[in-house]
Amino acid sequence: MSSETALATGQRARGLAPFLRSQMRNIAPFLTLIFLSAFFAFASPSFATLDNLGNILTQVSVTGIIAVGLTFVILCAEIDLSIASIANVTGIAVAYFTLQESYVNIANIPLPGAVAIILSILLCALLGLVNALGLTVIGIPSFIMTLAMMQIAAGISALLVRGQIAYKVPSLITTLGSGSIGGIPWIVIVAAIMLLGGHLVLTYTRFGRYVYMVGGNREAAEYSGLNVKLILGAVMVISAVCSGIGGMLGVAHFGSAQQNEFDTYLLDSIAAVVVGGTSLFGGRGGIGNTIVGLFVLGVLNNGLDHVNIDSFLKILIRGLILLAALVINVYAQRLREKAAE
Amino acid sequence: MTAGQQPILELQGITKSFGGVEALRGVDFALYPGEIHGLVGENGAGKSTLMKIIAGVHTEFSGRFLVDSREMHFRSARDAHAAGIAMVHQELSVAPDLTVAENVSLGNQPTNALGLVQWRRMAREAGEQLARFGIDVDPMARLGDLPIGLQQLIEIARVLFSGARIVILDEPTSALSPPEVERLFATLRRLREEGTAIVFISHFIEDILLVSDTVTVFRNGRKVAETASAATSKGALIEAMIGRGGEALEHSYTDDLMLPQPSDSSVVLRVDQLSLSRSLQDVSFEARAGEVLGIYGFMGCGQQELSRILFGKLKPDSGTLAVDGTRKTFASTAAARRAGVALVPESRRDMLFHQEPVYKNISISILDRISALLLKPAQERDIAKRQVDQLQIRPPVVGLDLGMLSGGNQQKVALAKWLTYPPKLLVLCEPTRGMDVGAKNDVINIVRDLRTKGLAIIVLSTEPETVLSLADRILVLKRGALVREFKNEPVSKDRLLEAA
Repeated sequence: MSSETALATGQRARGLAPFLRSQMRNIAPFLTLIFLSAFFAFASPSFATLDNLGNILTQVSVTGIIAVGLTFVILCAEIDLSIASIANVTGIAVAYFTLQESYVNIANIPLPGAVAIILSILLCALLGLVNALGLTVIGIPSFIMTLAMMQIAAGISALLVRGQIAYKVPSLITTLGSGSIGGIPWIVIVAAIMLLGGHLVLTYTRFGRYVYMVGGNREAAEYSGLNVKLILGAVMVISAVCSGIGGMLGVAHFGSAQQNEFDTYLLDSIAAVVVGGTSLFGGRGGIGNTIVGLFVLGVLNNGLDHVNIDSFLKILIRGLILLAALVINVYAQRLREKAAE
Repeated sequence: MTAGQQPILELQGITKSFGGVEALRGVDFALYPGEIHGLVGENGAGKSTLMKIIAGVHTEFSGRFLVDSREMHFRSARDAHAAGIAMVHQELSVAPDLTVAENVSLGNQPTNALGLVQWRRMAREAGEQLARFGIDVDPMARLGDLPIGLQQLIEIARVLFSGARIVILDEPTSALSPPEVERLFATLRRLREEGTAIVFISHFIEDILLVSDTVTVFRNGRKVAETASAATSKGALIEAMIGRGGEALEHSYTDDLMLPQPSDSSVVLRVDQLSLSRSLQDVSFEARAGEVLGIYGFMGCGQQELSRILFGKLKPDSGTLAVDGTRKTFASTAAARRAGVALVPESRRDMLFHQEPVYKNISISILDRISALLLKPAQERDIAKRQVDQLQIRPPVVGLDLGMLSGGNQQKVALAKWLTYPPKLLVLCEPTRGMDVGAKNDVINIVRDLRTKGLAIIVLSTEPETVLSLADRILVLKRGALVREFKNEPVSKDRLLEAA
């Protein structure tokens, strides 16, 4: 191991600047987070409080759950645009299979809670499987395939609720989505567990390694005898199931299930992953990056509410921050490639 | 050509180096109007480099460059084009989704006063041009729907009829069938009558002798011979190309080498009647345990496709594969790997993960053997360490990013990934390309060592030395078909080139 220590010092000897440049992908989002937090703490006395930290955590939970699966997809250099739609249809499905109050005018099929949950998860897994088959067997680019799925899932949602709103979901979902234990909302705990689980899978399992390798160089993965299609298919299903779980808990969290409820989560989830520094070209980044990205978005959304700012301007600011993150993302990739040469 | 005539193009003392390596050393070259000038030489001899200088692709070089006796310095291919020089590159560069007519008139489509494309006129003119070339296709057909050979002819036609006075053709015949080659030659001769100067680069010496007036031979960046085609022969040209006793450092394989008695050990791979559209025709052979089978052929002869089929990356149109007597149709590279086949492709970029550490590169193909669910990084590093020591990979640091290693060491890593659990069949494409002598020898020793361990090994290469230094038995692949087998007999570079 002594030679490796020598190497480590060797790398340090090459200078701090090249090291920082190669780590820009991880450093930049973190600096953004610190900068934003400091700014809002300075601008508003109500921002930097423990209560508000709890608010931020709760606000990013649904995005966080969805972003776990999306991180896998983006690490493979693919994209999933159907996440919000699948979240929506799964949330609606779990309500559809639950007995609603008599004033809810939906011709639904009430089932026991456990069955409703299992059916809903099967539904989102099935939609993910369709994405997977379209991508790997037919060879439709994921951008287009999941665009179609976005519409299909929205269509199923529409057929199930027909413009109405459902309120009841199984009690387990209600607890996880809107209950809390010891003052900590369950939804925050679920998001934390899923993020941790995603991190463990990506870092410590063979499958996780394959995800990074397929994203890093798909051709090389194939020439190494990996079943690249199987891995790509698996990440699409994982993404759909994470979205489905996020959708079910989200419905409980919001207190209702209706059409177009999750529309903003598509952009938020992609933004969280990319702002966090996971490479859009695949192979670099991870759940750690996604967590930082979630906090950046959470602090930004929450902080803008604490300062006196035109609520319409908020949308523009979010767009600009996302653009800045994309620029850094592409730029970081180029710096890395240059360093590797 | 003709005495007293002014050369249309004249180069004097051209020297060009890439990163300290001299690709051309003081080359003189003259081209006359109405001349077809053949260029031969081994891979890396400098032919393509010289042509790219003429076509304005390489702009940095030393020496004098005269067009019509006037000194010129091109800053881009556009400048060369303006001076009437056009080149057909080795790789097909057409727009498959555009129509034939659009491809033919690319860059100078006829337009009306408003700047709108005149489609009917464009189609008519393209049709007329192609007809002169003996090509009868619908100008409005999508180019990509035509066979590759025809696409290549259309690309050549576009360049030939672009009005250029100097046309450079780099390996134009490799994808063409014999009648298509005939048609190309007829057109070249007609253009020659009209005064166009043509440079024709090819590995196919028969083609060169057939069509060109003058032949120039390159070796190691130097022009070693220039002669009238009528006054030379294939044997003489091959001799000039490879030189005798010149390259002292490396074995030059100019003398006969005796191939051993063919092995009678068990057949690991049997390939039967393999065909793939225009790339391979009825290829059948077998590879035995403890034997290195060399497959030699020129670039584009179908080697690449063959290796991809063996590893499940390409599906053949017809034909069968059998590993250890069991018939296989590989659905994926993963299936081929499970069946005990391993491939090291010619491009290391395609094979390795440059941004990942060495040990991950080595362990990737065997992860499923060492871990069911959870990774065992310590074990991965141990295995990698053992391989790094055994293959003497430098620097011997398994945690280093692969991109930091030299090319030769990367190639060893590409081999190392298959060696912890050796496959039954190892397919190596160009295993020593671009390596220095030391690294080459290391790789040769590794392969020989694997052979004694009983692996069946197939080495595919376009470099005769590579095949000769490794193989026990040699097959020659020519335009997708096996044309010759060397076994238990003397073989040399000339004999291989002669056969290909």
